[in-house]
Amino acid sequence: MKHITDFTVVTNQRETDEFVVLTLQHPGELPSMVPGQFAEVRVDGAENAFLRRPLSIHDVDYSNNTIKLLIQEVGEGTRVLAKLKSGDQLNLVYPLGTGYTLPKSNRVLLVGGGCGVAPLLFLGRHFVENGIRPKFLIGGRTAATLIRLDAYEQLGDVYVTTEDGSAGHKGFVIHHPIMKTETPEFDHIYTCGPDAMMKVLAKYAGSRGITCQVSLENHMACGFGACLCCVTPTVDGHKCTCVDGPVFDSKYLKWEI
Amino acid sequence: MGNLKVQLGELTLSNPVMTASGTFGYGEEYADFVDINTLGGIVVKGTTLHAREGNAYPRMAETAKGMLNAVGLQNKGVDGFINEIYPRIKNFKTNILVNVSGSTVEEYIETAEKINELDAIPGIELNISCPNVKEGGMAFGTSCPSAIAVANAVRRVYKKHLMVKLSPNVTDITEIAKGVEGAGADSVSLINTLLGMAIDVNSRKPVLSTITGGLSGPCIKPVALRMVWQVAQAVNVPVVGMGGIASTEDAIEFLLAGASAIQIGTANFIDPTITIKVINGIREYLEINQMDDVKQLTGALITR
Repeated sequence: MKHITDFTVVTNQRETDEFVVLTLQHPGELPSMVPGQFAEVRVDGAENAFLRRPLSIHDVDYSNNTIKLLIQEVGEGTRVLAKLKSGDQLNLVYPLGTGYTLPKSNRVLLVGGGCGVAPLLFLGRHFVENGIRPKFLIGGRTAATLIRLDAYEQLGDVYVTTEDGSAGHKGFVIHHPIMKTETPEFDHIYTCGPDAMMKVLAKYAGSRGITCQVSLENHMACGFGACLCCVTPTVDGHKCTCVDGPVFDSKYLKWEI
Repeated sequence: MGNLKVQLGELTLSNPVMTASGTFGYGEEYADFVDINTLGGIVVKGTTLHAREGNAYPRMAETAKGMLNAVGLQNKGVDGFINEIYPRIKNFKTNILVNVSGSTVEEYIETAEKINELDAIPGIELNISCPNVKEGGMAFGTSCPSAIAVANAVRRVYKKHLMVKLSPNVTDITEIAKGVEGAGADSVSLINTLLGMAIDVNSRKPVLSTITGGLSGPCIKPVALRMVWQVAQAVNVPVVGMGGIASTEDAIEFLLAGASAIQIGTANFIDPTITIKVINGIREYLEINQMDDVKQLTGALITR
């Protein structure tokens, strides 16, 4: 069931020049959410941000009825959200979309690029709660763009790449040594990030009999299947990223890879 | 308590608030947010004779106080509607109108004939104003003879409420309104989206895959209001007003300009409960102004 709810900002933690993490208090018991689902966040007081902003559920704490949103300041809407203060109200339509599905084997690799790391913390926590220790592979432009590595390290092994080599292995995620072994240490890839990165991973997975679940970031208006703006081509024709996704099996998508 | 019931010809609405086609899915998408049965009516997604995949992504661009869309009538076709969707929604206790579009007059006729057979659908909204398809759509609604021709043809086969949705992308909307009224329309709804465009200056490419698209949202409200006012004076059939309605005040402006009912569209995306708020807001407005019937608002604009 979808909800429309005013949350209260508990903290606004600045991570980098670009990123903040909002912790939001739900007024009562949180409804159940699936990693990979998202919220449509209303932006109040931004002159040119008309529509809600779709943001991944970054983390969930059911015992305290709080959720976290990772916000990258990319435009006027997200800049306004990044300025929210403790005590401010934030209106969410959530939980939306189809999230990640649990694997048939325990060997999972979670790959995030840029703000695409957002849903992987909640997903990693979900795996840990189900007795699965995840591996994370996180890519960024520079060391300064890597966000909350310590939070991921609490859940599993974290591997890092940066384009300039300022942290971890130099290059893109696909260049990391764990992707180079003849027999990969994982049977399932879960990824969120730039399309180019996810397509490379989908190709890698496809050639090795590994499954690959990707999370798309198509532009949306409604977020719940009414407007049909966010479609992506699939083997079954156009499907809404907001309802049938944002998480898709890469083989279901009509990607040229 | 003031009466909210309104008549569109033979069609009775429990209140004047409807939802606009293409913004409310088939109603089900909003069932978690609002009780669909409390709405005056819903106009479901544009339906064509054959299933359509619609336009390529990207189909949407945010604008100042609005958005452009270029969905292009993606739908399962009239048979898909009848077999898959209709059984799920037919028990809603509100007026469900199907928005009907086509590439040829024959397609409009055949689609309308099939929908005429559905007991739970008391009317259609004839879409001669979709700006996002290559053939048909708006082409029918921007010239008087073709608008009259398609309205005439559908009127001959469609026996229930025939609402015709008008395009604002014309020189004189009142001429088209009078034309379709003469062809037998039971009501007219306006406005569909305004043709617009957005460009990404970094890539120097259009934002939309179709280059141009339909502009909606609060930014178009003054244009829509003006056209509703003009059309309401030009025709005798009821006028259903829409275009950027996002509050009770907006809705009442359209009623004062001459609309008998209104449709809420894009605002549903920002507040999925907006329809209920506007219904309650109209009720409060009547109370505050000591009016006992919402019909007293229609055309009650004071121009002296």
